[in-house]
Amino acid sequence: MSDAYLNLAPWQVASAAALVLINGTVSVRLQLGLEKTLVIASLRTVAQLLLVGLVLHWVFELNQLAAVIGIMALMTCIAVGTAWQRASRRHPGMLLNIVLSIWGSSWLILAFTMTVVFRDTTPWYDPQYAIPLLGMILGNTLNGITLGLNTAVDAYDDRRQEVETLLALGATRWEAARRLTQQSVRVGMIPIINSMMIVGLVSLPGMMTGQLLSGVEPLAAVRYQIVIMFVIASATSLGVVSVVVLTFLRVSNAHHQFDFERIRAAARSDERR
Amino acid sequence: MNATSMLLACYDLCRPGGPEGMLLHDVTLEIRAAERHALVGKSGSGKSLLLRALAQLDFHARGRLMFLGRSAEAIAVPEFRRQVIYVTQHSTLLPTTVEDNLKIPFQLACRRAESYDRAAMIRRLELLGRDASFLEKPVSELSGGEARTVALLRVTQLQANVLLLDEPTSSLDPETTGAVERLIESWRQAQADRAYVWVTHSLPQARRVADQVWEMQRGRLQPWASHTPPSQEST
Repeated sequence: MSDAYLNLAPWQVASAAALVLINGTVSVRLQLGLEKTLVIASLRTVAQLLLVGLVLHWVFELNQLAAVIGIMALMTCIAVGTAWQRASRRHPGMLLNIVLSIWGSSWLILAFTMTVVFRDTTPWYDPQYAIPLLGMILGNTLNGITLGLNTAVDAYDDRRQEVETLLALGATRWEAARRLTQQSVRVGMIPIINSMMIVGLVSLPGMMTGQLLSGVEPLAAVRYQIVIMFVIASATSLGVVSVVVLTFLRVSNAHHQFDFERIRAAARSDERR
Repeated sequence: MNATSMLLACYDLCRPGGPEGMLLHDVTLEIRAAERHALVGKSGSGKSLLLRALAQLDFHARGRLMFLGRSAEAIAVPEFRRQVIYVTQHSTLLPTTVEDNLKIPFQLACRRAESYDRAAMIRRLELLGRDASFLEKPVSELSGGEARTVALLRVTQLQANVLLLDEPTSSLDPETTGAVERLIESWRQAQADRAYVWVTHSLPQARRVADQVWEMQRGRLQPWASHTPPSQEST
């Protein structure tokens, strides 16, 4: 298969990089003032991708469980950090909830995929499969988890009266928060369901494009893509459900009381920032 | 008064928080069957906090709560709230019809044994000068006062012992206020083991709806003394 694609020479990559000059010209001509940012962005693109390439090259060569786990843990931490950054309001205990739901959902689904779907790989943790797979899972679940979490946290603040009215009538904490919880999970799931609906129609998924460019037979690439879509969808639903349920458990207690102040205080401190 | 007539009581109820570190100071209140309590006091004095704490809705309140001679801790909280209901002026209605909202409590696990009684509801509506067509009305078409009335109709149909009423008639017109007072009173008189605590800003109303009037001052509960003007702060 290695003959099936063009191995790009450095000058070929450089010629693509020259295209950024068009952006630079536009910026200068229209006085957008983006030249400096463009240069930085271009340098970052090259540097970050080269770094990732080197690290992956090293890990693939090494092919050791500890190194694979280490890289995957680093990737997961970056995903956690991104979700934390994107949170609209932060409350005590929220970081732990994000860690648990991102880590739990992505690694659990990855373990299933590596041991059941891709079970013919040797070793079972083959970094060539495990690392790109985790990257795709994290990149996609992150979106759903952030949406679900933000919806839930905002709802506990905005719809406090609805929850409390039901509690006062004798609802359990679950009965009182059910509508809100369902809605938060639904919001978190919408992006992945939408992309499952239109996959291949509007644009080809990045992974499949990559495989096609490297000469993989289209139907074989499609089979991979189908696996990926289901893996991402299941990891997303697991992650969204767990972050919403963990938030519910964090703001309520076994006495069927909700600590709305926990979220309120966090909202106020965020406004001050 | 024998011990069984005691419905709800709290002893040394405290609620940490606020600039002074404590929002409720060692509040003790005993509510017996058939009693009518009113609670007056300035805004922010802790009236709502006390009612919420009595309904075990407050996450941070601490103290001893007794219900029907037992420690409230021995009773499952939803079961406790089935019989001690807190009604706020902010009670929410779902965007459906009035009748759907009146049926909500019966969908909760703790009220499986009770069921919605349409005929009794129509009799209650008559007390408010309305007929059965009110039940079909969409919540979106209700006025603020009507929505508040629906929230009160929703609780007065239930098998409860204690109602904790948080300003049920504030910003209602005098006619509706009178109707609400009659509705609550008919709920209380329907069974001997019922009582309520009524939070109000109006002293005349407190005298009208209650036999015992309490005043809340900076988180402390004391019997209302007619010689002390409500604005005067003392400890």
